[in-house]
Amino acid sequence: MEFFLEVLVGGLLAGVMYSMVAIGFVLIYKASGVFNFAQGSMVLFGALTYVSLVERQVNPVLAFGVTLAALVLIAVLIGRLVLRPLVNRPPIVLFMATLGLSFILEGAAQLFWGAQVHGLALGIDDKPLNLAGIMISQFDIFAAATAGALVLALSLLTRRMRLGLSLRAVADDPLAALAVGVRLPRVWAIVWALAGFVSLVAGLLWGARLGVQFSLSLVVLKALPVLIIGGFSSIGGAIVGGLLIGAPEKLAEVYVGTLLGGGIENWFPYLLAMLFLLARPAGLFGEPAVERV
Amino acid sequence: MTRSTHALLSLDHISLSFKGVKAITDISFNVQAGEICALIGPNGAGKSSLLNVINGVYRPQRGSVRFDGNAYRRMNPYHAAHSGIARTFQNIALFRRMSVLDNVLTGRNLHRRSTWLEQTLRVGRARGDETAQRRYAEVVIDALDLQRFRHTAVGTLPYGVQKRVELARALAAEPRLLLLDEPMAGMNADEKRAMAGYVLDANRQFGVTVVLIEHDIGVVMDLSDHVVVLDYGKKIADGAPADIRGNPDVLAAYLGTRH
Repeated sequence: MEFFLEVLVGGLLAGVMYSMVAIGFVLIYKASGVFNFAQGSMVLFGALTYVSLVERQVNPVLAFGVTLAALVLIAVLIGRLVLRPLVNRPPIVLFMATLGLSFILEGAAQLFWGAQVHGLALGIDDKPLNLAGIMISQFDIFAAATAGALVLALSLLTRRMRLGLSLRAVADDPLAALAVGVRLPRVWAIVWALAGFVSLVAGLLWGARLGVQFSLSLVVLKALPVLIIGGFSSIGGAIVGGLLIGAPEKLAEVYVGTLLGGGIENWFPYLLAMLFLLARPAGLFGEPAVERV
Repeated sequence: MTRSTHALLSLDHISLSFKGVKAITDISFNVQAGEICALIGPNGAGKSSLLNVINGVYRPQRGSVRFDGNAYRRMNPYHAAHSGIARTFQNIALFRRMSVLDNVLTGRNLHRRSTWLEQTLRVGRARGDETAQRRYAEVVIDALDLQRFRHTAVGTLPYGVQKRVELARALAAEPRLLLLDEPMAGMNADEKRAMAGYVLDANRQFGVTVVLIEHDIGVVMDLSDHVVVLDYGKKIADGAPADIRGNPDVLAAYLGTRH
């Protein structure tokens, strides 16, 4: 029983790490109705910039600030150079633009900081902690707490503020939003900057786990099943989706994996996501498509 | 309502072309505060383009627009909204996945006084602000008889109701000038009559000056105080409905005896 609980809690906490990446997608999807392919590159760019600055003896807090400033600048540039010229184009056009963007960001990161693997220490040990007889990684708890704080702040920001209403308005119809007086460039900049901030936090946590390297941009693939289960347009959904992926993934690995020769946690989330797509295409908390026929 | 005599909106020698194709040629006219002004003319006469010039979607190559005493050549929809110009679109541009109430509330956006921090933490002006916006939204919803659709997603409503929601969203902004691009398009006679009633209410109850585009001449003549007729991007008539009715140029444009 204790072992089961350890695996369950470990899985839930690992799921929170997936949620962190997924939230970045949700923010941008909410405000532009587009799946941002460049999210992974933003995660990589943030982590790589931070780690390179710290390796050059920059104070970690300052390094975090500088990296964040760079991501905000990128957000503003994306609004001006990519989103504005493409306003009112079909979502697929925007999606292709984010695909291009991901290569630009990865290229820029490589150009500035090189392609080596960097170790990243955040000062939190990955040692297990004994909580009521269950061993839980200290780092996982830290990551979960960070994610919790982030989600709380973001949902307050988007639910209570008029920004929330503006976000949905902009995603629904940018030109109509402009006509009711929504400041389109500002909403874009805010949302992409927030997504940049989330990707930086996710990049640091994942970077501390896996090392900061180019494969970091691939963690976004794990965010996909999370989004499918939680829904693309709900921050809370991203968290629930993460938990619903993390726990079954680890449990399946431990209890079913042995029967199938192991390694099933790599594809099990996608199987879950496919089952969800059949049953509930909009996800648990997503907005179902509204169409009058 | 007493009608003041100064022009709320004046267009001064506006010309607009797209890559050499002339959409509007040298159009000038005034809209008095408090009146309902109709723009009529055959398809392609430049009516929608003119509306787009007024609210800053298009920038005219020549001429200027004067709204409430301020002349401008460069305007964008955002500034237009802020200076008190609201509009509806020919092809309904509502936020389809949002409820009627939320759509109307987006119209209140400009009237919120609290900052984002106050809103997030629900302190200071945020609370009173929220209630005030909500209350005004309800006033508009009542005025346009949208009460029973309040929480319905707009995308699921019938076409005629959607047109009304769009009018509600525009009115919620408490505009001084309301631009309506074919508010009655695709409606049957009953629906048109009802919509005309709502436009009149907007004009009288809310004191909004209205510029509208409409094809149904019967509706236009009953509803408006002032009619401007466009044909091939030029103004061919401008006056009270009674004067327009007998104007030979207007008859020619509509019946197609010339050109």
